[in-house]
Amino acid sequence: MDYVWAFVIGGGICVIGQLLLSLTRLTPARILVVFVTVGVVLSALGLYEPLVELAGAGATVPLTGFGYSLGKGAIEAVGEKGVIGAFTGGITATAGGIAAAIVFGYLFAMIFTPKTKM
Amino acid sequence: MANKQQKTPEQRRYQQRVNEKMPRSKTLSQCIRAFISGGIICSIGQLVHDIGEKWLMLDEKGVAAFTAIIMVFLGASLTGLGVYDKIGSWSGAGSIVPITGFANSIVSPAMEFKREGFVTGTAAKMFVIAGPVLVYGIGSSVIVGLIYALLRA
Amino acid sequence: MDSVMQSGKRMGNQTLVFSNPGAVISSGTIAGPMEGKGPLGEHFDTVLKEDTWGEDSWEKAERKMFEQAVRRAMEKAELNSGDVDCLLGGDLLNQIISANFAARELKMPFLGLYGACSTMAESLLIGGMLLDGGYADCVACTAVSHFSTAERQYRNPLEMGGQTTPTAQRTVTGAGCSIAAGPNYSGSRIYRNIFITAGTIGKVVDLGITDANNMGAAMAPAAADTLAAHLSDTGRGVMDYDLVVTGDLGSFGSEMFIDLCRDNGIDIQDRHMDCGNMIFAPEQKVDCGGSGCGCSASVLNAYLLDKIEKGELRRIFFMATGALLSPTSSMQSESIPGIAHGVVLERK
Repeated sequence: MDYVWAFVIGGGICVIGQLLLSLTRLTPARILVVFVTVGVVLSALGLYEPLVELAGAGATVPLTGFGYSLGKGAIEAVGEKGVIGAFTGGITATAGGIAAAIVFGYLFAMIFTPKTKM
Repeated sequence: MANKQQKTPEQRRYQQRVNEKMPRSKTLSQCIRAFISGGIICSIGQLVHDIGEKWLMLDEKGVAAFTAIIMVFLGASLTGLGVYDKIGSWSGAGSIVPITGFANSIVSPAMEFKREGFVTGTAAKMFVIAGPVLVYGIGSSVIVGLIYALLRA
Repeated sequence: MDSVMQSGKRMGNQTLVFSNPGAVISSGTIAGPMEGKGPLGEHFDTVLKEDTWGEDSWEKAERKMFEQAVRRAMEKAELNSGDVDCLLGGDLLNQIISANFAARELKMPFLGLYGACSTMAESLLIGGMLLDGGYADCVACTAVSHFSTAERQYRNPLEMGGQTTPTAQRTVTGAGCSIAAGPNYSGSRIYRNIFITAGTIGKVVDLGITDANNMGAAMAPAAADTLAAHLSDTGRGVMDYDLVVTGDLGSFGSEMFIDLCRDNGIDIQDRHMDCGNMIFAPEQKVDCGGSGCGCSASVLNAYLLDKIEKGELRRIFFMATGALLSPTSSMQSESIPGIAHGVVLERK
């Protein structure tokens, strides 16, 4: 069942992105920004948590899930450390993904060269 | 945002005509593809999540980080191998919205600008698309944290 | 000024008529692998197997294409570099580095031109003037573009996943060079019958299209404007031409062009061809067709000149169209100004 929900919710979130791409003039870069910000806001309002409980990776793998981790991390850190947590919480919670992106990004850039699309 | 100059009637008429006749995206079939590809990528994420949880016995935060790292690795390797852009041209948002797409947006400029050097090329251009995501994501998480701290006080 | 008017070198506001018309004597073309697989593949002098052409960057490949197109055209007419009095040309990269760096190798007197994708017509137009005025006996008119250099300058990294919009066009990897000579030229030649008899200098026209993925629609008004000016300046009709060739309007831009011409009372439909529609086959999945200054340059030099030489076309109006945008102007949400220059190429 986990996988069905992950598929449906994850796919559904991507469809929202596709509708924005196809019907508005938003570029992919802008859509990514919108999704991450929406994720932060929804997690702050407590609306994204239920989706994560239901769909697992279906809600955390899309970029809204990245926003959810950022928002949730900030709120939890404020609970533990006070105001300073607002600054440290978000990045701490997502440090793994960001560091991986930088390291793998650099590594693969060294190894591979881009090819022309045919 | 839009052109600040007043549009002439000729410009308005032409733009209207272009908008009417322009070939349209096939939104329905694109949405179906986005649903399928996005669903598959998230299911793979679920599999990675389960491996972290049940086999590697990671705690909740550990699983989240593990899933993110592996998904980023997958997105980055497929980009390096020159496959992710082909997936992307079929999937559209289905491969842009997941975190693998975020990885793609980092690796693709990093590769492309290698010839401009490893500092001013690869490293500087790496975040040309993902940078704004971090700026707005982290920025809004700080604001959310501050509001939460205020409400608690 | 008056003497120029009296000598009959100008007609109307925008059109130049050459009383000592230059003749196109040779041509050279280089095309990328995908263009080579297109409908015109067999006509190109050289088709690249891979688009870096052994260089370590696409920018270097692009300048090599420019240089080799010129050298190929010179070889065919058995010319030495000292024989070319002026090299005219450009490309799409910032500060037209492909043309500039190629000219460094070619060591000829050089005028770098930027007309975006209209460069091929612009260079023929200026070349025609130099020959007619007697300021040169032999000129090389060239343009080049490269898909991968244009993508990274104007759009996204190549490996970035995503879809193109249905109005998008693919920048052609191609270079074309026409060598034209004046009446005093007596050397060898591969074309005997093609003359540059007139030209119309285009105006910048902007009907407010801002979508950089819809350049055909942005350029179509400029093409319609130049064609209307040409016909009214010369008193000719569309029927006086076997073909009106536009540079890279693509399929949607062509539709808008035909539409706008109809508004001007010009029925062009069955005499119009667009290089952007000719260079790729529909099954090559390029949305609205090809674009880039190498598009019209390679189609003209590989295909159309032959048709004129053989007499299959008697007189054409070759009108390359350019979208005068830059990445900065796009980001600042400016609209896209278009331009179209035309030259009359005819068999005599």
